[in-house]
Amino acid sequence: MRCWDPRIEEMPVADLRKLQFKLLKTLVYRVYSFSSFYHKRMKEAGVHPDDINSLEDIIRLPFMHKKDLRDTYPDGLIMSEQEELVRYHVSSGTTGKPTVVGYTKNDIYNWTESLARALTSAGIGRGDVMQVSYGYGLFTGGLGLHYGAERIGATVLPTSVGNTERQIELMQDLRVTAIACTPSYLLHMGEVAEKMGVSIKNDTLLRKAIVGAEPWSEQMRLRIKESLGVDAYDIYGTSELSGPLFCECEYQQGFHVWSDLIYPEILDPDSQKPLPPGERGELVVTMLQKDGLPIIRYRTGDITAIREEPCPCGRTHPRLERLSGRVDDMLIIRGINVFPSQIEHALLGIPEVAEHFMIEVDRKGALDEMLIKVELAKEAFSDKISDLMRTQRHVEKVLKSSLNVQVSVELTEPGTLPRFEGKAKRVIDKRLI
Amino acid sequence: MSCEQYMIRQISLFSENKPGRLAAMAKACQEENVNILAFSIAEAEGFGVIRALVDKPDVAFKKLTSMGFNVAFTHVIAVEMKDEPGGLFEIASKLSEAGINIEYSYAFSGKNKAILILRVDQVEEAIRLLHSHKFTLIASESIQ
Repeated sequence: MRCWDPRIEEMPVADLRKLQFKLLKTLVYRVYSFSSFYHKRMKEAGVHPDDINSLEDIIRLPFMHKKDLRDTYPDGLIMSEQEELVRYHVSSGTTGKPTVVGYTKNDIYNWTESLARALTSAGIGRGDVMQVSYGYGLFTGGLGLHYGAERIGATVLPTSVGNTERQIELMQDLRVTAIACTPSYLLHMGEVAEKMGVSIKNDTLLRKAIVGAEPWSEQMRLRIKESLGVDAYDIYGTSELSGPLFCECEYQQGFHVWSDLIYPEILDPDSQKPLPPGERGELVVTMLQKDGLPIIRYRTGDITAIREEPCPCGRTHPRLERLSGRVDDMLIIRGINVFPSQIEHALLGIPEVAEHFMIEVDRKGALDEMLIKVELAKEAFSDKISDLMRTQRHVEKVLKSSLNVQVSVELTEPGTLPRFEGKAKRVIDKRLI
Repeated sequence: MSCEQYMIRQISLFSENKPGRLAAMAKACQEENVNILAFSIAEAEGFGVIRALVDKPDVAFKKLTSMGFNVAFTHVIAVEMKDEPGGLFEIASKLSEAGINIEYSYAFSGKNKAILILRVDQVEEAIRLLHSHKFTLIASESIQ
């Protein structure tokens, strides 16, 4: 099947925008009338629902932050009566107080519908056996994918996380064709399978993986393809927005964001001004049809760019590019926003250096200086100083053209830069600002 | 004449320019009972290359690589040089006349004679040239 819901997925852009405006208008009236939180915020910002007369007017509405969800724990932001709610999900709270999201029947329906379209766009459908190896429970990944896969008629194998050997046995025995899990778990499964004498590539029918919930790269996509014979599709969503919502279509160039469900904005994290399509900035989300816990101009903290050019798949909805880090990691060097993830991405394309790096920022006089330390790859070592200096200058040039800012590069010995498990701390900022 | 026998395997190490790196390399050689016959350090911004002629290059290579060093072999030639004014000129001028470029070089002066170690862009040509002018080249098997 090409599209799950062709009427919506192939709707002309102008009609989609009309629909978005209608939904936005309704949403703003509803929250102004029924949510004490939004009512108060809008009053403070001096904006009334009558002031919203076009989609562009959305910038008059106040932002909403993660902090707002924490500060109103457990249910201060939930607009529906409890008897209207059919489910709660709760975030782990690893970076602070947990956040609670309540779902009405309609919320679960739309969330599932979003994933049904997404999974179909990745070429999964009736006849597939889908192993859901995301956690089931308070985390949104497992149940979200479970509902989405069931709706499109796939056969779901709800393995959740853990007991990898058994997961691999079941994958073989029940002829699993698709899996949803984190990219690192998928690679881990490959290693465990190998130890069991099973080749995922040759001994299973697994061909597609819907992977996300942690940062990953194009290099990982290639590794998954080469070592496991599996096409990996990026998936995006966070619990505040419902859970996983969007994944890449068969063309694997960003994930379609369904315009009838979400209105995305890309803002300069610094000035908070909207950025044109193609430019990277912070993703700010308005959920157009979420009842239980309305989300208006939510600052996701995720860095991405929006692509509006038509996708070869024929879907008219815009795409978001692969996330490239978090706003919290952003550095401002000589007035230019720099994300460590951009450096990581650029380094992956330079075989002469390894992927590990450290950034040192200092200020000489009035100017910021950025020094990037990278490890020289074993194969790139030359006995000749001139070759090494050429490598150094080459790395500087590549980084300069991808960051738009002057950088100095220092080559270090292999294995000498710190390795990080979990959140990396790659920046040493010596500036006294 | 076979040029091979005069090609000496020098080990080169990539090293950050900071205290302790040469000591770490030297200590490793001592532990493996590897004798360093000659060495030099070339430095650039932030990093350097340590080059050494050792009696057991394979042992040194294995040990240093296992310590995480970036190590490479490079072919150099070693030629006896008169330890008197004009000794270096004699060799350098012959190479220059033949259009052979010296990429880098270092030398040491022993009890009876001086030895010049050369990394050139055309190794075989240099060996043949120096040999034809009756210079004494050091065969690799006599030291390694």
